[in-house]
Amino acid sequence: MNNAAVVNRPLSNFAWVSPTKYERNVATQESKWIKISVISIALTFFALFLVMPLVAVFTEALRKGFEVYWLALSDSDALSAVRLTLLTALIAVPLNLVFGVAAAWAIAKFEFKGKQLLITFIDLPFSVSPVIVGLVYVLVFGVNGWFGEWLVANDIKIIFAVPGIVLATIFVTFPFIARELIPLMQAQGKEEEEAAVVLGASGWKTFWYVTLPNIKWGLLYGVILCNARAMGEFGAVSVVSGHIRGQTNTMPLHVEILYNEYNFAAAFAVASLLALLALVTLVLKTWVEHRAETNASAH
Amino acid sequence: MSIEVKNLHKQFGSFTALDDISLNFPSGELVALLGPSGCGKTTLLRIIAGLEQADSGSVILDGENASDTHVRERQVGFVFQHYALFKHMTVFDNVAFGLRMKPRKSRPSEKVIAEKVHRLLELVQLDWLADRFPSQLSGGQRQRIALARALAVEPRVLLLDEPFGALDAKVRKELRRWLRKLHDELHITSIFVTHDQEEALEVADRVVLMDHGKVEQVGTPDEVYNHPQTPFVYGFLGSVNLFHGRVDDGHLHVGDDVLHDQGENYGPGSEVYAFARPHELDIVVDTQQVSGLSAKVNRVLSFGLNSRVELDGINSAHGQHFEVELSPQRVHELSLIQGQIVKLVPSKLKLFQRDSVQKDYHA
Repeated sequence: MNNAAVVNRPLSNFAWVSPTKYERNVATQESKWIKISVISIALTFFALFLVMPLVAVFTEALRKGFEVYWLALSDSDALSAVRLTLLTALIAVPLNLVFGVAAAWAIAKFEFKGKQLLITFIDLPFSVSPVIVGLVYVLVFGVNGWFGEWLVANDIKIIFAVPGIVLATIFVTFPFIARELIPLMQAQGKEEEEAAVVLGASGWKTFWYVTLPNIKWGLLYGVILCNARAMGEFGAVSVVSGHIRGQTNTMPLHVEILYNEYNFAAAFAVASLLALLALVTLVLKTWVEHRAETNASAH
Repeated sequence: MSIEVKNLHKQFGSFTALDDISLNFPSGELVALLGPSGCGKTTLLRIIAGLEQADSGSVILDGENASDTHVRERQVGFVFQHYALFKHMTVFDNVAFGLRMKPRKSRPSEKVIAEKVHRLLELVQLDWLADRFPSQLSGGQRQRIALARALAVEPRVLLLDEPFGALDAKVRKELRRWLRKLHDELHITSIFVTHDQEEALEVADRVVLMDHGKVEQVGTPDEVYNHPQTPFVYGFLGSVNLFHGRVDDGHLHVGDDVLHDQGENYGPGSEVYAFARPHELDIVVDTQQVSGLSAKVNRVLSFGLNSRVELDGINSAHGQHFEVELSPQRVHELSLIQGQIVKLVPSKLKLFQRDSVQKDYHA
């Protein structure tokens, strides 16, 4: 079959549009001083606002030596903060994974009334200040809130307890996965799903064997971002937590407390853990993006 | 298996996609749904498949009302314009998909599946591609794999939605011939949607012409091409010249020109559309000739078996373009020059009463 040759030939004509060739072309270049000044502005900004703070976190953390650093981290309150942060992320991320995929699947693959409204609601956590979110939860679940009396009567604690922290985190991180998936799934269309259903696949099998493999990289990307935010969330959690040491302090809250107590070395030590998390997230994110790209170009 | 649709109606907002469609597709035939884009042909196909729901009317498969049967249970094979192959699966897994999705009770063993998949890949002559991914195939190969995948579940009917629409001209022609051959081997009732009249006439046993959500004509390729029943069919199948005229005392008047002995069946004063195909017109240089339509020569294209003369309308037909197909000898005899006024004499003319046509028709 010589079809392959016929179809592939036009593609090779576009090979010259590689970015490097384009950049090397004198006709498309800016003059030298523009290039130098634009690049130096960007680099200065990068150094001042991104690199310096990151370096500062680690130098401050290790200023009094590795022993103090280690003590700050192995302190029981610090360990409990780490545990609570991990627990919160462990609950919030999987739940938002399910919500996000369900919402994106509904929005991208089906037509229904109120779709636009649903999209707006998904974006709500992005547009509302996290502090307001915390306050709303206090108003609803707090002692003087709507369900306050009933909750007290049944001995259920939400505000100033772990459930409140988890709820606030879920709310704040809700859009990450759905927002990542909706445009991706819309671009992919529904033809493959239709083909699967015509071939006799059930809804669940269609999702598992056809939809999920097509969105896995986008989904992983969303999960990484969602996780980063879940662990780093401060505002909403701060309002509902009550800052009880060893009980309702997450890592960001613990950093604040230590800092307010002029315990800078310990504060920066815990902060360095969060910074490390950020770095790991960045590396993972880059890797996922790279994989998704090579995957996309292979298909 | 036979397919029947009764009084199908489908509305998208204020747009009527299907307007009371009733059709019968006999068992074992290859039928083309032909029409311009937006005529409702794809919607009709998707309703038959069950991928779309009609507002009213019914789909009857093999004598049974299947309007409420789920797509999964309709046992139809569907081929999409853009192949819709599963990108992350190999060709083998794509073709095996339908068999692997069967409920456990009726699912064949992997060994049986493998045999069947290879048999199907041999049928579409692509057995050597079993381990490739769809992205590594050409468009023509992808569509043949899509067809093998659809056939794997032994569908009772095969529905193809513009199956060659995304392919280049040469591959298209090749696949067209191949589809016809395949249908002659399998005899599975098939419907394919196309907007390409040549494709429909060449491949199908019968052609259903659709426009604006309505069926215009159903017939064999020969019937619809040679005996078009409506101006739309006449204009859609092949190039055509259109004249607006009026019948008086058995003569057709087009502006100041007269064509003798035309439209005997029409009452005096009837407004008509007159159609003639390019090869049904002759050119006369003598402008004193009484019967004929005046036109101005624009271009003479002499390549291929026949030469084509493009002309511009004058007088009442100003702004219209005509096309005449003549033998190279005839063109040589006439020795036409650009801007020359000539007369067009039809050897055959098809008239349609203008009142009977609802919409104003433009060829």
